[in-house]
Amino acid sequence: MLDTLQTFMNDYGWNLLVLIGFSLLLLVVLLVIIAFLLLMDRKVWAAVQMRRGPNVVGPFGLLQSFADLLKFVLKEPIIPSGSDKVVFLLAPLATATCALASWAVIPVNENSWGRWVISDMNVGILYLLAISSLGVYGIIMGGWASNSKYPFMGALRSAAQMVSYEVSIGFVIICVLLCVGSLNVTDVVNSQKTGIGTHIGLTNSLFDWNWFALFPMFVVFFISALAETNRPPFDLVEAESELVAGFMVEYSSTPYLLYMLGEYVSITAMCAMTTILFLGGWLPPLDIWPLNAVPGIFWFLIKVVFVFFMFAMVKAMVPRYRYDQLMRLGWKVFLPLSLVMVVITAAVLQFGGFLS
Amino acid sequence: MMDLTSQYLPIAIFIGVALFIGGALMVAPFLVAVRNPDPEKVSAYECGFNAFDDARMKFDVRFYLVSILFIIFDLEIAFLFPWAAAFREIGVFGFWSMMVFLGVLTIGFIYEWKKGALEWD
Repeated sequence: MLDTLQTFMNDYGWNLLVLIGFSLLLLVVLLVIIAFLLLMDRKVWAAVQMRRGPNVVGPFGLLQSFADLLKFVLKEPIIPSGSDKVVFLLAPLATATCALASWAVIPVNENSWGRWVISDMNVGILYLLAISSLGVYGIIMGGWASNSKYPFMGALRSAAQMVSYEVSIGFVIICVLLCVGSLNVTDVVNSQKTGIGTHIGLTNSLFDWNWFALFPMFVVFFISALAETNRPPFDLVEAESELVAGFMVEYSSTPYLLYMLGEYVSITAMCAMTTILFLGGWLPPLDIWPLNAVPGIFWFLIKVVFVFFMFAMVKAMVPRYRYDQLMRLGWKVFLPLSLVMVVITAAVLQFGGFLS
Repeated sequence: MMDLTSQYLPIAIFIGVALFIGGALMVAPFLVAVRNPDPEKVSAYECGFNAFDDARMKFDVRFYLVSILFIIFDLEIAFLFPWAAAFREIGVFGFWSMMVFLGVLTIGFIYEWKKGALEWD
């Protein structure tokens, strides 16, 4: 028995332990970063409204998110009597897990040690699209299981909204894939080393990245990402003035925390996807000395935080959409626009001599 | 086979670890927090009123319509993925055959627009 265990450990066990270790490392680092991003979100929002924001817990309020976590854990969990109890508790777990799962294929750097990613999958982009669609399950499960009217309406709105913008996100990703020619996420970043910038004489610069060549798609992707993650101005799902808190009305304590966590994890995943698809991932903006000596992971982090800052600014400045405007924008503006852009991108690549 | 394992096993493990963290957070308040439910606290929230009727009610048919349209377009995207990944190899013939496919779908899209399936008012 011990012998078989020994051989098993030698064959698979250590690899398994290393994998579990890396997964834990990525998740813990990610959650700590999200704790500070959440604070940054509130600080940016406060600054736009000329307030101070959280500033009591720790220096400059830096420990606010950790205090919030502690408070959530110590709050009384309430399960409504009319609810479907198993589904009610499963829903936030599903949301958080689906959101976290997308980080398994997001590479944060590539250097002589190899690719810094949990799974270097050959269909990574497809996996990301699939996992981001799964997010809707947690929300609709929670809204249905609560057996209350506000959550039900919120969940319905959320499902319709998320699937609508999923379509335009899909077309935008197709545009990028046409330029890249691979579904591997690391290849998507590496292909951005050469591009339009190389043609105009700025090799390995920020003009090589896809945002420059596919600028309209970059804008469409950014706005669709806002809608996909239910961020303002598209937070119709939890519109305070109409639905109190949408699908989260009946939740309290850590089930509520898991919803919030899932929301912010999927926002950071969307920021990371924007960075990878359009902003050149971990590539430095100019290939000159002080910039290309900085490790790639810092560039990746800086870009993700920059995109997140844009998310926060949009939240602070733009008034909420009406639901019919939201659906109009998704189906009548973004869908035809991105469909036409797929055709244009393909035609330019095919007949413009870019396929060599 | 080994290739498949090296790509998908890490994902399974990662999701397992994520589930564990989520599950630990989920269980924590049931172990440490005070639980003192009363009938008012566990009743459905309806802005202070008693719940009028069951929440499993009829809803607008347009939500169905949106999900059906979504299925059509998401399938279209699923078709486009391998086409986009192999775009360099399939040449002009591959390009035009996908254009025909997109053209047929665009006719369907124009039809549903004219029929008013995309109106929310």
